[in-house]
Amino acid sequence: MSAIYILLSISILVAVFFFIIFILAVRSGQFDDSYTPSVRMLFEDELVKEQSQSTNKKTKKD
Amino acid sequence: MIKNDLCFHCGDSCGTNTITFKEKSFCCNGCKTVFEIFSENDLTCYYDLQDSPGAIPKEIQGKYDFLDQQNIIDKLLEFSDGNTQVVTLYIPHIHCSSCIWILENLNKLNPGISSSQVNFGKKNVRISFNSSLCSLKDVVLLVSSIGYEPYISLEDFKAGKDNVNRSLIYKLGVAGFAFGNVMFLSFPEYFDVGEFWLERYKHVFRWVMFSFSVPVIFYSAQDYFISAYKGLRSRILNIDVPIALGAAVLFIRSTIEIIFDYGSGFFDSLTGLIFFLLLGRFFQQKTYSFLSFERDYKSYFPIAVTKISPEGKETPIQVYDIKKGDRLLIRNEELIPVDGILINGNASIDYSFVTGESETVSKQSGDKLFAGGKQTSGMIEMEVLKSVEQSYLTQLWSNDVFNKNKQDGFTTLTNTISKRFTIAVLSIAFIATAYWLAVDSSKAINVFTAVLIIACPCAIALSAPFTLGNMLRIYGRLKFYVKNASVVEQLAEIDTIIFDKTGTITTNQKSHATYEGDTLSTSEEKLLKNTLRGSNHPLSRSLYNLLDEHDIISLNYFEEHVGKGIEASHNDNNIKVGSAVFVGKTTDTNVLTTSVHISSNNVYKGKFTFHNNYRKGLSKLFNNLKKHYDLAILSGDNEGEQENLKKLLPSKTKLIFNQKPDDKLEYIKYHQSEGAKVLMIGDGLNDAGALAQSDVGISVSENVNVFSPACDAILDASKFDQLYKYIQASKGAIKIIKWSFALSFFYNVIGLYFAVTGQLAPVIAAILMPLSSISIVVFTTVSTNLLGRRLE
Repeated sequence: MSAIYILLSISILVAVFFFIIFILAVRSGQFDDSYTPSVRMLFEDELVKEQSQSTNKKTKKD
Repeated sequence: MIKNDLCFHCGDSCGTNTITFKEKSFCCNGCKTVFEIFSENDLTCYYDLQDSPGAIPKEIQGKYDFLDQQNIIDKLLEFSDGNTQVVTLYIPHIHCSSCIWILENLNKLNPGISSSQVNFGKKNVRISFNSSLCSLKDVVLLVSSIGYEPYISLEDFKAGKDNVNRSLIYKLGVAGFAFGNVMFLSFPEYFDVGEFWLERYKHVFRWVMFSFSVPVIFYSAQDYFISAYKGLRSRILNIDVPIALGAAVLFIRSTIEIIFDYGSGFFDSLTGLIFFLLLGRFFQQKTYSFLSFERDYKSYFPIAVTKISPEGKETPIQVYDIKKGDRLLIRNEELIPVDGILINGNASIDYSFVTGESETVSKQSGDKLFAGGKQTSGMIEMEVLKSVEQSYLTQLWSNDVFNKNKQDGFTTLTNTISKRFTIAVLSIAFIATAYWLAVDSSKAINVFTAVLIIACPCAIALSAPFTLGNMLRIYGRLKFYVKNASVVEQLAEIDTIIFDKTGTITTNQKSHATYEGDTLSTSEEKLLKNTLRGSNHPLSRSLYNLLDEHDIISLNYFEEHVGKGIEASHNDNNIKVGSAVFVGKTTDTNVLTTSVHISSNNVYKGKFTFHNNYRKGLSKLFNNLKKHYDLAILSGDNEGEQENLKKLLPSKTKLIFNQKPDDKLEYIKYHQSEGAKVLMIGDGLNDAGALAQSDVGISVSENVNVFSPACDAILDASKFDQLYKYIQASKGAIKIIKWSFALSFFYNVIGLYFAVTGQLAPVIAAILMPLSSISIVVFTTVSTNLLGRRLE
């Protein structure tokens, strides 16, 4: 039944792992601005389109 | 085709001077230039995200020359390491997703910029750039050139940037993490006590729970111990005293229990208690990142202005370095930072920051200029009379009220009740202990600690934060932005309300005028209208908009005399518009009102008198308020509007005129010394002292993003007529808190029954504690939302 020690330590390790991730997330400022990222997330597509357009133009010129 | 009439860039009407470029219409060259910049750099995607998102770039020639000075650059930069420099700029125009997009793609416009990140809530952008490729000035000019002019004020000129305080999130995270894990670990022992394997491993489980609780009690809960200690030292039994006592007893008793194997301890309740309490604090901490409640004149004053040396050289000078006798150059749209005398130039000063009055004041050479005014027509030169701190307006901030924290002197409802509560709990604990000492002394210490544990006022401590926190959110949705929770409590206790006049109960537009005198003939009116057309004076503009439409005629003669009036002629008729003396009337019967006099062919005709335009719903608001409150109006203006106000407002409203900023402050202080709880409602910097002195200071603002002096709450001007309802709602919130107190006493009585009879098992505490907390949260949230629904 000493398996309980292994299980217990694994479960605590997993919990501590997530806790550390949380601390790192707060430290990096992720919780400071909760609005802008939600808008920024939607820009990705526009930027790609923009770049492909500009490269298209260049190839046409060439 | 309707869309074509609106500017593609800024959305304004193009009017007659439409500029067409690439099949798109623009209202001005500025907008067209911005579009050109974007299209050259493949950034026209800006216009796909949102229709007409831009702003017209303003003329900024020379305005940012001070950014060449190293000492100013050093103060503004957030980070500087060799070539890499980081600056955060506040940009009021940020308002939509297009703004975020373009500002985060600045690196495409200037290769010197490596990255930029927008914080939409705070309306700022953090730009990293390579100083060998572009300077801070280049960055600011670039951002301004595309219509996003940053707001750089004297407030930015201070050493060290404020750090974000994230400790509450950390504490909450630690407590939540421990609470969840301890719950899992303590679960087996809730039900099955005698089981073989549980019996064998329970010590491991208990010590693991203990180690989870240590950071909770010593880190997460430390604020409660500190606050309780501070309270006790100043002989106040605040709500944190019983909380700290309960938490400490919980921890010590649980530790002793597991050391001597008496039981499993109360670690689950302990971590849960701290977690819920911190959650309440987190909820209450509603902040409006785009608003600031702590502003003083520094937020509005420029960092630097242009100084003219005796040899005529123009150099930027830091505002704090300005000395008496210096000559300053104030450009169009620049703020006058110090008191001085106008030397030359056409001064037309807008004092709306100071008084709330938007009408500009014309000054002649030799006139005194006061700090805080904004020059609105061309360049002027002035000579300095006083330094920044000693100027008429700014010296107001040397008053003690600005260093006082209003909340310090205020006892919240929770702390009022906690005094009696703590005494009651302690007496119950001692009586119960004394009883058990006599009956069964082995149980005495057990009962004593159980009472302190179960009576830990978690639910009471949560009532106010959740009620008031939710109230702040409801107010926020209704455009009434309150600084913090205790302001709502203070608002409920108000008995006297004092209003500022200009800008507070009046609107900023003067769109209301009456005519007295001989009726103007159609031809005279036509001439008047056409004369006014050529003038840019604010009163001419207002009057022009008020008059009926007439055909456009070309004038034979037109001349504007600055500070006096306009003269014009058409065919054989001439007209004079302006001050009484200018039109040839020597005795003006009423000098207190703002009037425009007219004479035609040198015969005096009459005058247009402008009246303040009062906010809609003003009379109704005052009639509602007069039933419960003493009302007064403190105005910095003269008595010109007295008769008009008397007609509008209830008769017992006190009207006091000619009040200087200091007088307003003293007036409030006097009423407070007589026991009144004063609510001050104002708007300009001249009300700042009164707003700080009052128990609650509300600032009314036409545009909450732009301007408000330091205050406790900011009310959007469009919701001015709702003020009465908002105050009533704060009283409703207090009622809700009282009801939830009653509810938590009910739980305490049940808990105390178990504790006093000596049968408090950990599982009962673990059920009762979260149950009481959650039901309080549900009760307060539901009832405040009901209260909020009545407001909408």
